[in-house]
Amino acid sequence: MADEATGGGFSIYPMDQFIVKPLFGGDVVHWYTPTNVTLWMALGVAGIALLMVAGSSARAVIPSRGQSMAELTYGFIHKMVEDVAGRDGLKYFPYIMTLFLFILFGNMLGLVPTAFTTTSHIAVTAVMALAVFVTVTAIGFVKNGKDFLSLFWVESAPLVLRPVLAVIELISYFVRPVSHSVRLAGAITAGHAVMKVFAGFAAAAAIAPLAIGGMVAIYALELLVAFIQAYVFTILTCVYLRDALHPHH
Amino acid sequence: MESEETAGAVGRCVGPDGGAIGMPQLCFDWFPNQIFWLIVALGAIYLILTRVALPRIEAVIAERNGAITNDIAAAEELKLKAAEAERAYERALADARAEAQKIGAETRAEIDAEVATATEKAEAEIAARTAESQKRIGEIRDTAVQNVEAVAKDVAAEIVASLGSRADPAAVEKAVARHMTGDAP
Repeated sequence: MADEATGGGFSIYPMDQFIVKPLFGGDVVHWYTPTNVTLWMALGVAGIALLMVAGSSARAVIPSRGQSMAELTYGFIHKMVEDVAGRDGLKYFPYIMTLFLFILFGNMLGLVPTAFTTTSHIAVTAVMALAVFVTVTAIGFVKNGKDFLSLFWVESAPLVLRPVLAVIELISYFVRPVSHSVRLAGAITAGHAVMKVFAGFAAAAAIAPLAIGGMVAIYALELLVAFIQAYVFTILTCVYLRDALHPHH
Repeated sequence: MESEETAGAVGRCVGPDGGAIGMPQLCFDWFPNQIFWLIVALGAIYLILTRVALPRIEAVIAERNGAITNDIAAAEELKLKAAEAERAYERALADARAEAQKIGAETRAEIDAEVATATEKAEAEIAARTAESQKRIGEIRDTAVQNVEAVAKDVAAEIVASLGSRADPAAVEKAVARHMTGDAP
């Protein structure tokens, strides 16, 4: 990859930013090795603590700016869960809030120059998506028993079509964790890689202004994407939760 | 250039120059590490949220909603009180106006009565004086008639005497009286 990229005189290594490196030397990455993944996830946790705990520490009835941000974040997700999953979905609000904040801070901290973007890795997003998938399916069966299968049996369709629709629904149900995780990792990876490519082109004086302008524009877009992908992941989780709680179409 | 051994340790995902081979996202050697730290991070976030942040924010929001509800209720109460005060003021104003009208009406009636009695008294006095005046006029007329009769008798007697005959006082008197009563011959 490196050899191909250096061919045109540019040194563009758009994928190097995603390499997992041990923090304290060494080359072998064991499952327990503190790596740049550890560092940036820890920074994310610290950021979340700063926003949600330090921000709300005053417990003021008339909130400060920090407390307002914490409350807005709380209200944003709380309302989303209530609107999409229904009132009985509020029981799972802390889990959804955890996912949202982790993804949001992973995406946002990833935009810091030279940062490592934890949410760009399919390993991370797939674990979260699978956790959502397994949890939601379990909730569906525990809450509704066999009734949960009516999610795949479309009552409003003609009887002849129902088996066909059941197969389609079943496939789409099992594709959910794939699309759920690839959407997030893909969007973040693509954005970061594009920024790196623009940055590489900035080495040539003739196109440097264009490249830097492009980088600024992509960076602004990526800020938007960072938020939107966190939002999308969260709202899809709520939608899946609603399906599990109320499987009837 | 690193040694062959180190490059081998770097593995399938990173080349000898430190660059990525293919997509680092698909390097399964790193999966356990990422998954482990992801679970740690999510656990930490979950604990921070459920133990500290969410209950606190929930409490603050509930407290604020309570304060807002109380304030709105208090404002509603004050509004009712203000409306009550306004009604009382209006009532007092209306009462005062009615009172004023009553007093005005009473005073007018009193004055009317006074004027009526005064007028009556004045009319009675006028009537009395008129009666007295008429009586006196009658008296004056009577005396005047008597005087005229006396003068007429005297004049008649004198005329008869100056005509050379002796006046018969009885006849003269009779003739004058006949003339006075309007029985002209």
